[in-house]
Amino acid sequence: MLRDALLIAGKDLRIEARSRVALNQVAPFALLVLILFAFALDPDSGVLDRATPGLYWIAVLFSALLAIQRAFAIEASDGNRDALRLSGLDPAGIYLGKVAAVAAQLTVLEVLLGLGVVLLYGSHSGNWPLLIATCLAATAGIAAAGTLYGVLAAGLRVRETLLPLLLLPVLAPVLIGSTRAFEAARSNTTAEGWPWVALLAVFALTYIIFGVFGFGPLLEES
Amino acid sequence: MEPVVHLRSAVSLLGRFPALAGVDLDVDRGEIVLLQGPNGAGKTTLLRTLAGLLPVVSGTAVVLGHDLVRDRRSVRRQVGLLSHSTMLYDELTVADNVRFWARAARSAPADAEAALVALGLDGRLRDVAVDRLSTGQRRRASIATMVARRPELWLLDEPHAGLDVEARDILDGLVRQAAASGATVIVASHELERAHALAGRSVAMVGGVVADGSRSPAPATVAPEATGVA
Repeated sequence: MLRDALLIAGKDLRIEARSRVALNQVAPFALLVLILFAFALDPDSGVLDRATPGLYWIAVLFSALLAIQRAFAIEASDGNRDALRLSGLDPAGIYLGKVAAVAAQLTVLEVLLGLGVVLLYGSHSGNWPLLIATCLAATAGIAAAGTLYGVLAAGLRVRETLLPLLLLPVLAPVLIGSTRAFEAARSNTTAEGWPWVALLAVFALTYIIFGVFGFGPLLEES
Repeated sequence: MEPVVHLRSAVSLLGRFPALAGVDLDVDRGEIVLLQGPNGAGKTTLLRTLAGLLPVVSGTAVVLGHDLVRDRRSVRRQVGLLSHSTMLYDELTVADNVRFWARAARSAPADAEAALVALGLDGRLRDVAVDRLSTGQRRRASIATMVARRPELWLLDEPHAGLDVEARDILDGLVRQAAASGATVIVASHELERAHALAGRSVAMVGGVVADGSRSPAPATVAPEATGVA
């Protein structure tokens, strides 16, 4: 399973390195969202500063939708989904490989967005261990749930519009948990942040377990 | 010796509708069998069913010792399907694609290299991204990915389509070589003259059933009018 996961993750990341869709399209989109938030909320009033954690994670979620759609668009072209089924690769390995590739791309995007909020919003950092743990747990959760819902929507003609409808409500706990944990990290009330990180970790673990067992049947039906 | 393909009254569904309506077919190891029939006869569906991509809902279907009615996934690693789709990643190079699918099938790296050489893709084309290839070159790359997997059962759906004469001769040579080394080949083709020259026998399909699956050798040439092939 691990071997298959590494094979799939390597392939997906190699495709991204060649096509640069995340770098040339998703990252500028995410930064544009941050800029639009800054236009909408007056930076001088303090609202923007208070809302920064939530805005950051909303930008991450929007970017994640694009990254997840892209992860399954490459399998939709020219019979590749059939090839994947015929390959004999362990479906759990395919799932974990896709999760790893999406998570790697999201991590890069989160670093860029982090720089964006510092430069655009003048936002200060906070407790670094809590910030990093929040990012890791939230990224794992978004990638795990997104990959599962991505394959569910992949076989449908309306997948581009259906995926956000399916996925965004599911990711609401990630948005709430990561925003609260970021607020705690920035206000140096770290004790209030770690329970949210634990919630994010449980969310990620739950979806990884669902994905390992459920991805195969969903791939067959897609 | 057990046949590689053993179908009795096999019914396969395409969505909710029966696409194979009770197929009987036996194919032995090392055979090259031609599937012929008009458009919509069920040739592609039969190949996809044998590859384990479509469910068999009733009857008997045993391929390479795997019962497709109970578990159609286990046969897939041993099967190579050359379909209308190229099954290639556009952004990756030819060599990347061939190596990826070979590794997925647990084939040795040398098998991927041998397939590239066999299809004439070991020169400058090996490092060209697939989306920059011509249709014929993409088809060659697609064949190379299948050959690199070293399947025991070759399922070829219109394999000569889009290929130039040189590539067609290469493909036919590979098919004969595979059959000689014990692989089994089932070819669905409308290019009857070339396909008949390749196949040991032919099977006619009409309306989702095998109309004539006799074990008599394929005739050297058959006029399309005589077989009802469109």
